[in-house]
Amino acid sequence: MDPVSGTMRSSTLPSADATASMPGVEKPGRWRVLLQTPSVVVLLLWMTVPLALTIYFSFLRYNLLNPEVRGFAGLQNYRFLWEDPAFFPAIRNTLVLIGSVLVITVGLGTLLAVLYDRRFFGRNAATLLVIAPFFVMPTVSALVWKNMIMHPVYGLLALAFGKLGLAPIDWFGSCPMLALIIILSWEWLPFAFLILFTSLKSLDAEQKEAAQIDGANSVQFFFHITIPHLRRAMSVVVMIETIFLLSIFAEIYTTTSGGPGTATTNLAYLVYSLGLQQFDVGIASAGGILAVVLANIAAFFLVRILAGSLKGGH
Amino acid sequence: MERPSLRTWVWGLLGWLTAAVLFFPIFWMTITAFKTEQGAYQPNLFFIPTLDSFREVFARSRYAGFALNSICISFGSTLLCFLLAIPAAYRMAFFPTRKTQSTLLWMLSTKMMPSVGVLLPVYLLFRSAGLLDSIWGLIAIYTLINLPVCVWMTYTYFCEIPAAILEAARVDGAGFWSEIRHVLAPMALPGLSSTALLTIILSWNEAFWSLNLTSAHAAPLTVFIASYSSPEGLFWAKLSAASLLAVAPILVMGWLTQKQLVSGLTFGAVK
Amino acid sequence: MRPTITLLACSFLASLAGAAEPAGITIAAVNNPAMIELKKLSTKFEAANPNLKLNWVVVEENVLRQRVTTDISTGSGQFDLVFLGQYEAPIFAKSGWLREIKDTPASYDIGDVFQSLRDGLSYEGKLYALPFYGESSMLMYRKDLFAAKGLTMPDQPTYDDIKRFAAALTDKSAGIYGITLRGKPGWGENMAYLSTLVNTFGGCWFDLQWKPQIDSPEWKNAIHCYVDLMRNYGPPGATANGFNENLTLFASGKAAMWIDSTYGAGPLYDQKESQVADKVAFANAPVAVTSAGSHWLWSWSFAIPKAAKSPDAAEKFALWATSKEYVRMVAADTGWASVPPGSRKSTYDNPEYEQAAPFARVTLKAMQTADPLKPSLKPVPYQGIQFVGIPAFQSFATVVGQNIAGALAGQMTVEQALQAGQAAATRAMQQAGYLK
Repeated sequence: MDPVSGTMRSSTLPSADATASMPGVEKPGRWRVLLQTPSVVVLLLWMTVPLALTIYFSFLRYNLLNPEVRGFAGLQNYRFLWEDPAFFPAIRNTLVLIGSVLVITVGLGTLLAVLYDRRFFGRNAATLLVIAPFFVMPTVSALVWKNMIMHPVYGLLALAFGKLGLAPIDWFGSCPMLALIIILSWEWLPFAFLILFTSLKSLDAEQKEAAQIDGANSVQFFFHITIPHLRRAMSVVVMIETIFLLSIFAEIYTTTSGGPGTATTNLAYLVYSLGLQQFDVGIASAGGILAVVLANIAAFFLVRILAGSLKGGH
Repeated sequence: MERPSLRTWVWGLLGWLTAAVLFFPIFWMTITAFKTEQGAYQPNLFFIPTLDSFREVFARSRYAGFALNSICISFGSTLLCFLLAIPAAYRMAFFPTRKTQSTLLWMLSTKMMPSVGVLLPVYLLFRSAGLLDSIWGLIAIYTLINLPVCVWMTYTYFCEIPAAILEAARVDGAGFWSEIRHVLAPMALPGLSSTALLTIILSWNEAFWSLNLTSAHAAPLTVFIASYSSPEGLFWAKLSAASLLAVAPILVMGWLTQKQLVSGLTFGAVK
Repeated sequence: MRPTITLLACSFLASLAGAAEPAGITIAAVNNPAMIELKKLSTKFEAANPNLKLNWVVVEENVLRQRVTTDISTGSGQFDLVFLGQYEAPIFAKSGWLREIKDTPASYDIGDVFQSLRDGLSYEGKLYALPFYGESSMLMYRKDLFAAKGLTMPDQPTYDDIKRFAAALTDKSAGIYGITLRGKPGWGENMAYLSTLVNTFGGCWFDLQWKPQIDSPEWKNAIHCYVDLMRNYGPPGATANGFNENLTLFASGKAAMWIDSTYGAGPLYDQKESQVADKVAFANAPVAVTSAGSHWLWSWSFAIPKAAKSPDAAEKFALWATSKEYVRMVAADTGWASVPPGSRKSTYDNPEYEQAAPFARVTLKAMQTADPLKPSLKPVPYQGIQFVGIPAFQSFATVVGQNIAGALAGQMTVEQALQAGQAAATRAMQQAGYLK
């Protein structure tokens, strides 16, 4: 039974392995087993070839702009990144960013999904409005937030604050991380909402009626029926968003350029800043490999946490 | 069956309030597209609209070319993604083995490499393969980037379909393809619709690879937008107009297929 | 679903057809007004040369730089003509990636192009790019606000003057800030301006042994001056303000002074885009200890990669676009105020230009006095006023810029920021092999 996926589905229904041994039912033919092969092969190729090249380059001195300097660099590229004073702040920033955006998008996404599950006037139109932020290009979103909304002199928030008699907040100067988290949460909330909303659609109407007959109120229903049903969808949202948020780059580049200081430098931006920006393939590749290693560590713990929380309650 | 009650009104109000708050930045961008450059950074809600920015945007760039490229690349890569993902997700959801979970996680781990780290190796690869500035090259990259997400989401939705129903269909004598068409697809439609939508959007808005791997011929709308984001000089109205135009094909597509989309997304509980 | 499939099929076929377009010249350009105008007028070139089609790739400056550098250094031949400046040209030319520009026709009058620009675009005495337009930096100020307080701007202001003026003109309750300067981190953003500030305070990036000088007393004085000015008299949110944000601030009347590119004058003068079109005046960039390196020098210039597929056609277009005739064409189309500035002396000799563009005189003086070969009071091993012409510069200069932005935002002291910058530059120079 898959800890990540299987609990809900297989609890009351016979699993495929069980049916396979039931009389009169065919074993899954071999070609059905091979169904996932094309995907796996394609991804294997995609992962291996660029990965191998990246590992190879990470051990070289290879700067595009300086063709005279070539040769084996050993661990020098890695050390250059590892010893950079911005390296550990970058890791910390990456984790803070991911954690905050996950909490906000999954939390708000769940609440919104439950809200929109109810019928109200013009619900379909409102749903489209909620999904809309996902349609806009990240660079444009970041620019709109930075200049039209958050700018402390001519932005809309500054205007609103001024009307209320408060001093405008210098978002990108004094709380750049918070500003970035707001922008990213706004961009990713539709994604979380959509997946959770769709998943809610498969909640048995029978279960709903049974709960109502039992006299459960909304809060009990929410915590004992809705949330467990959404657990799988939530874990998918968490995993996918984590993967995307690990390498967030465009929004940081557009708004703060990693600053002030290193307040908003995440790992991807550090790799860009130290490697790609000076066209040093060696350093950029080493940074890529370091990011993969760290991401795998993070994913390892993440799976542990998710599997643990899913096992309980059934 | 439900009586319209105070509760319904409260939910409605709450729902619309959240929608308004979330949509507001886009609303603001939309009205800025109809302002003059000078008026663009002023917080007026009411103003005299003008189509200057749209005219300027159309005059400057071959919008149709970019839009066509975006459509080809996004839909092409999504189609390819589904062709690869559906069989895999089917296998993993209905005939799971001990290795299924690790395969899924491994697939997701292929996305962990930040693009900035792997740009140059891929660029050199593409150069050798002659794939620079080609639609097929971008379709290939986008398929590979989005395949893990596609597989995961499809797998999740397949998992929510009770295996017994499929077994029953098989026992009744349904062949593999009719099982897919008549039993699986209708039940998985909400999930497949939202997966398709998300995959198309992810490809549509992907700006890093499209900017770096294309030049004159295969450039999609993200490159079109890049010519309006922070040039030297005032550009808010034009950027807003360009962004609207960049989102427009998707909105049109969505409007044309809204029946399938809405029914797909709001399909009632499965029974 | 059927209409969607039909649409898809048509799109695929169309894309295949589109791939078989006639060959042409692919140009990589920046998205600023002069370039947009060039793109518009280039249809005349296409009309005069029917078998040459121009394919434009127009993107923002940093993206352009990345695309162009990747393409040229890997010899990919994606572009026939690229825009670059005094930073890239010598570096690319040194590695033999650019086609030399020689034997230009006499009617083109290459001597008319500013010598300082040509020097910056040459390597070992050979020219590798043709300037499209040039820019330096200057001070832009609101003559109406100055008049109201009874202040006059001298022809050559000093930073002491600037402090005085800023103090007198700042009125935060009325939303007027005495001065606005670049604060967004980046080697081409805040560090472009700050390099000139450091130069004029007598400092430099490296001494003759390539040892970074970022913790030197001159840097400290310069950055203290900057941070004090911005903290006391500058707008909030300064660390996110680049050229565009400051242009918006000044054009909407919120700033009294602005030191930035001479290129900013054009949009400020445009009635359609600026609220202060009739209230803006210009002066030379302020100086402190020395005038060497007090204002920068840059020109977006046409270069032809060696790997270009149609180099002769590319050169033909480049010569056309940087000629005197082209300048006249722009003047006829949109007026003299918006012709490509700062590239040819003949533009400035023309009385119509002087009349239409009051910023011409200051710009001309700036272009003629900026010397990229002697950017600082002290002798230095590099060339470039607002940059250092080595590949590693883009990286560590951005880190220095980030730290200075941190000091501006109050996250650290100026000393701490400069120390961090010094460490970053030293590490980078060791990695790049300049220092042991």
